[in-house]
Amino acid sequence: MEISNIWYFLSALTLLSALMVIISKNPIHSVLYLVFTFFCISAHYVLLNAQFLMAVNIIVYAGAIMVLFLFVIMMFDLKKNIPESKSSLTKLAGSVVAGTLLVILIAIIRKNTIPGPALEKFNSQTGMVENLGQVLYGEFLLPFELVSILFFVAMVGAVLLGKREAGERNF
Amino acid sequence: MKLSNKTKVLEQGEMTLAERMYLPAIVGGMATTLKHFFSKPVTIRYPEQTRYLGPVYRGQHILKRDEAGAERCTACGLCAVACPAEAISMVAEERKAGEETLYREEKYAKVYEVNMLRCIFCGLCEEACPKEAIFLRHDTMVPVFHQRDEVIWGKDKLVEKMDHRYLRDGWK
Amino acid sequence: MELLNTVFIAKAIIVGVVFAITLGIAAYSTYFERKIAAFMQDRIGPDRAGPFGILQPLADAVKMFMKEDFIPANSNKWLFIAGPCLSMLTALMTSAVVPFGDSVTIGGATFDLQGIDVNIGILWVFGIVSLGVYGIMIGGWASNNKFALLGAIRAASQNISYELAMGMAIITILMITGSLSTKQIVEVQQNGHWNIFYQPLGFLIFIICAFAECNRTPFDLPECETELIGGYHTEYSSMKLGFYLFAEYINMFISGAVMATLYFGGYDYPGVEFVTQQFGSNVASFVGVGALIGKSLGFVFVFMWVRWTIPRFRYDQLMNLGWTGLIPLAMYNVVVTGFGILVGKPFMVSIAGLVVLIAALFVYDQLLVKKKIA
Repeated sequence: MEISNIWYFLSALTLLSALMVIISKNPIHSVLYLVFTFFCISAHYVLLNAQFLMAVNIIVYAGAIMVLFLFVIMMFDLKKNIPESKSSLTKLAGSVVAGTLLVILIAIIRKNTIPGPALEKFNSQTGMVENLGQVLYGEFLLPFELVSILFFVAMVGAVLLGKREAGERNF
Repeated sequence: MKLSNKTKVLEQGEMTLAERMYLPAIVGGMATTLKHFFSKPVTIRYPEQTRYLGPVYRGQHILKRDEAGAERCTACGLCAVACPAEAISMVAEERKAGEETLYREEKYAKVYEVNMLRCIFCGLCEEACPKEAIFLRHDTMVPVFHQRDEVIWGKDKLVEKMDHRYLRDGWK
Repeated sequence: MELLNTVFIAKAIIVGVVFAITLGIAAYSTYFERKIAAFMQDRIGPDRAGPFGILQPLADAVKMFMKEDFIPANSNKWLFIAGPCLSMLTALMTSAVVPFGDSVTIGGATFDLQGIDVNIGILWVFGIVSLGVYGIMIGGWASNNKFALLGAIRAASQNISYELAMGMAIITILMITGSLSTKQIVEVQQNGHWNIFYQPLGFLIFIICAFAECNRTPFDLPECETELIGGYHTEYSSMKLGFYLFAEYINMFISGAVMATLYFGGYDYPGVEFVTQQFGSNVASFVGVGALIGKSLGFVFVFMWVRWTIPRFRYDQLMNLGWTGLIPLAMYNVVVTGFGILVGKPFMVSIAGLVVLIAALFVYDQLLVKKKIA
């Protein structure tokens, strides 16, 4: 089997499930389609021989963040929050804006030739854990550390927001 | 309000380090369960194994015969009167000539019925009987019944079989 | 192409055998769970179906299939069915990277007794474990039942909380081994250099987290019957309920296998060289498979032993233990292990780290108690 056939199949599946995220009416279904989309993207990583990224993508996005999404959406009373259907004028305006954006995007892509990846420079071992680690902790050490500081700040903020204030009873 | 001096105030202090770490208590508990894991089970597999319930256990009713094999019951009705659950009923009949070997007294119970759904196995019939005719045997239980017509036991089931006589500790 | 086909067939056989072993052990775990519970309570346990009741799992399976398969009217039907399927799927997928034994040579070709040897092995385990919560959450939500939803939400928050500490416990293993591949982790531990000696604290954290991830007592809050009826599987019946219960037992066995791989030398056993010299390397490999399965079953026994000993945690105690107990401990463990690797004496440093930890806790406790009195 040609590897490109697998790629076409996967890409179609990815696009389809990504579309279903937007189309499906039930928010829970949307989340589950999104999880499926992440799986498809992970499969793309495998095709690129980037197994570490695939595993991390599943652990962080599918395993942790989407669980929290699901968690929050399940807590809502979905029946109360059905948005009233928009008037036809709004729909028309929305279609016009989206259509224009689509036309502009296609025009940009057609005008500019985007340089593809250089095949002769391709190294199949780039995505392996060791090489990725070397790059992250060598060349990109400063951005990596800065990102971790950013995460730390965000975490402190979340803890501060979640802290119980004096005199307040939560349960 | 204090009513007596028997109350004892229990002070639970702060948990110690060992208590807060949970682990020593968990290990202790697991040692206990492991000890029981290797100890002998106390189960008695009931239908195959039965335990001795003692000489005063009140089980299935029996209408005794005397040494010669004559029924002891004289249908006086005291057991039926004593029965708190009104489970016993009987029909009396006069003994005819020639039936002396069958019935010990001049009057006997032609019908003697115990309703096993009503009976509470209190043993008051046994206490009330002046002729030592009815007993609750200590070695047999009333078997489980599945049909309505099995509930009322007549003389065919109650009267003692001569080849399978009932003896209690202390009787001859 | 010829070689590819042989490899493919060999892998298919290995995967099939692993599936069969896993499912068989999971089925018999239900029987041993009841037997062990009975022995610990001075009883006999199931002994009616066959000699010593060994046909009990079969009888249970027949019962499960014969029961009415009920789907609540207002539930989300597809997701209601998907819930147990996902639980089962994620439970079975983990075993793909567990190295069940060393390589076997048959007819000049060498096969690894492992599903796949990828260089991210342990991350795969971790990823699939983190997906395990979807089955419970989807099933709990689709039931359209408040108690099921509460159970699902508890399961989700519990799993996410304990995954963090679990990940940090794994990090120390990776620091010692220098690889994510499960095969390599096992190979480093050969000849008795088991990680448990270098990582006692890490193992303690890992096993506690494994209990939480498998939703076993004392962390079985998602199905806590005194508070939540049956938790996430309140509305389930017949084989769908059976799938949930089955998935729990599979998870137990697989987490036992993972713990044996990470901390107890995998397929290593005392006397490998002797067996290799006497009977050849193939026999030694198969004895190794037996050793790994034996270790896993030992862990399954520990899971059951704990279940019939310890009562359930309260929800706030659970969260407290996870976030303020295990995660700082795991961080401390990472620091100590790093220091040990830096100094070059991992064994000494890990023991010293434990002693320092206990001493520090003791001193802190003494100071705290004195403050309370004064």
